Amino acid sequence: MSEQRPAAAAAAGRLPVLKTHKVYVGGKFPRSESGRFDRALAPDGTPIANICRCSRKDVRDAVTAARAAQAGWAGRTAYNRGQILYRIAEMLEGRSGQFEALLTAGGATSDEAAAEVQAAVDRLLHYAGWTDKFQQVFSSVNPVATSHFNFSILEAMGVIGVLAPASPLLGLVSSIAPAIAGGNTTVALVTGSQPLPAVTFGEVLNSSDVPGGVVNILTGRRDEMLAPLAAHRDVDALLLCSPDPDVARSAEIEAVHNLKRVAVRPHEDWTDVQSPYEITDLQEVKTTWHPIGS
Amino acid sequence: MQLSPSGARVESPPIDAVGVEERVARLCSRSIKKDAKLQALHLTLSMIDLTTLEGADSEGKVRQLCAKALQLHAALPELPHVAAVCVYPALVGVAKRALEGSGINVASVATSFPAGQAPIEIKLLEVRKAVEAGADEVDMVISRGRFLAGDFAYTADEIASVKEACGEAHLKVILETGELGTLDAVRRASDLAMRSGADFIKTSTGKIKPAATMPVVLVMLEAIRDHYLRTGEKIGMKPAGGISTAKDAIRHLVMVRETLGQDWLDPDLYRFGASSLANDVLRQIVKQRSGIYQSFDDFSL
Repeated sequence: MSEQRPAAAAAAGRLPVLKTHKVYVGGKFPRSESGRFDRALAPDGTPIANICRCSRKDVRDAVTAARAAQAGWAGRTAYNRGQILYRIAEMLEGRSGQFEALLTAGGATSDEAAAEVQAAVDRLLHYAGWTDKFQQVFSSVNPVATSHFNFSILEAMGVIGVLAPASPLLGLVSSIAPAIAGGNTTVALVTGSQPLPAVTFGEVLNSSDVPGGVVNILTGRRDEMLAPLAAHRDVDALLLCSPDPDVARSAEIEAVHNLKRVAVRPHEDWTDVQSPYEITDLQEVKTTWHPIGS
Repeated sequence: MQLSPSGARVESPPIDAVGVEERVARLCSRSIKKDAKLQALHLTLSMIDLTTLEGADSEGKVRQLCAKALQLHAALPELPHVAAVCVYPALVGVAKRALEGSGINVASVATSFPAGQAPIEIKLLEVRKAVEAGADEVDMVISRGRFLAGDFAYTADEIASVKEACGEAHLKVILETGELGTLDAVRRASDLAMRSGADFIKTSTGKIKPAATMPVVLVMLEAIRDHYLRTGEKIGMKPAGGISTAKDAIRHLVMVRETLGQDWLDPDLYRFGASSLANDVLRQIVKQRSGIYQSFDDFSL
């Protein structure tokens, strides 16, 4: 596998060439504007790749891309969003070998890695099915005492800032899929010790008919990127996937500027984090009063 | 030297297009940060000609634009106001009443904007009507067809007669550089306009792309500089069309400062024709002061 090559190259007396994995913003793969990078390390400490260390300006650019894509994405039919989520699952399934290798390079056993990739594919299918159904389940016609037809429907919130969980593939998929299923666009910060599956997942998204800007994936350090994202006034909600209550608290303080909704997901194990409520947590309810009668 | 069919002499130096690109690239690499950036952003606001030139413009739309011109952002009342509001001649009166006593000028496009394909009598009548209705500035378009056919004398006469019809009003001459084809033609049109009485030269109508590209603006600035060195006369410059971000605007200011010097960093000699630039500048000003990235939703239309 490509991630083992540096060690093999060193053994053969060559200087290893480490791939710099680029980030995924607006349907393109730019480097960080800052030009900085970090090393991704194998569990034994050997460097296996270079990873962009994004700055607050990369966050800004990603939010701009997400905002530009949001109306178009929400404007697609729910059915079409389902097709595209299904397509992501197809492409991920087709590259499962690569993801298993990445996860094993990060310390998982091959059984664990295979199970995580399969679970990620299944998760995408789950939300692909929900895109055109959650409105039927969660919208309502409401009883009122006046001559009005009163109904509530769900609408996408807009741009969702996601602090991606440490779980390198399943956690990322489980946090992003419900957000985009409901017509939101996302800026995901990947700050864990294993960013390679996430940046490679960007390549999957790019070949899955997902419009550019719907999912943006940035790698780097949490303390540099989370505060500007949480404070950004053009971000409508935060999905904070961290078991550390101090992280969630500090982001919530930054989020007060435009009264963002903040959803916290403290899970360490993402195997069972799957529910239509993950979609509705990132939806706004719109209630309409329509006069009826003569 | 080139002779037009009608015998008018137009002397303009040839333009080194590669050299212009190179110079522009170097000027664009300047980094303007912190206090200098804030200062540049304020200056940019004071240079904006807030513009609406749509077929769908109504009195209400113009009054709303004037309200914006008077107060760009309610949370920052100390900001400078824009230089002018630019509208069609039919709406000059509305804008004039809305801006009474504010110090903000009313500019009007005229001469059969944007194509300029009308008889000269009609163009002059349009100019007089706009000035009568209260326009302080007139933005005319040149007849690109005649200019490109080499009829420089016609173009020069046209500008001169519009200038006469303007009376007290300032005249900005729109070259519509997107239709001129080469930088040499841009330079020749700039020289022609300045010698024929233009107070300002302006790149574009905003209806055609490309509009105010950096190389075109640099060539026009150099024409203004050469005209100043020859005659001592300070002609203004107005890039219009396609400048929608604060970053672009600051790059323009750098280029003006480096080409023409400090004197031109003044709304009397430099303007931005723009509709969406003001809000991006406001967004950057608030970001600079608060440290928080802003949303367009927080600023009025």
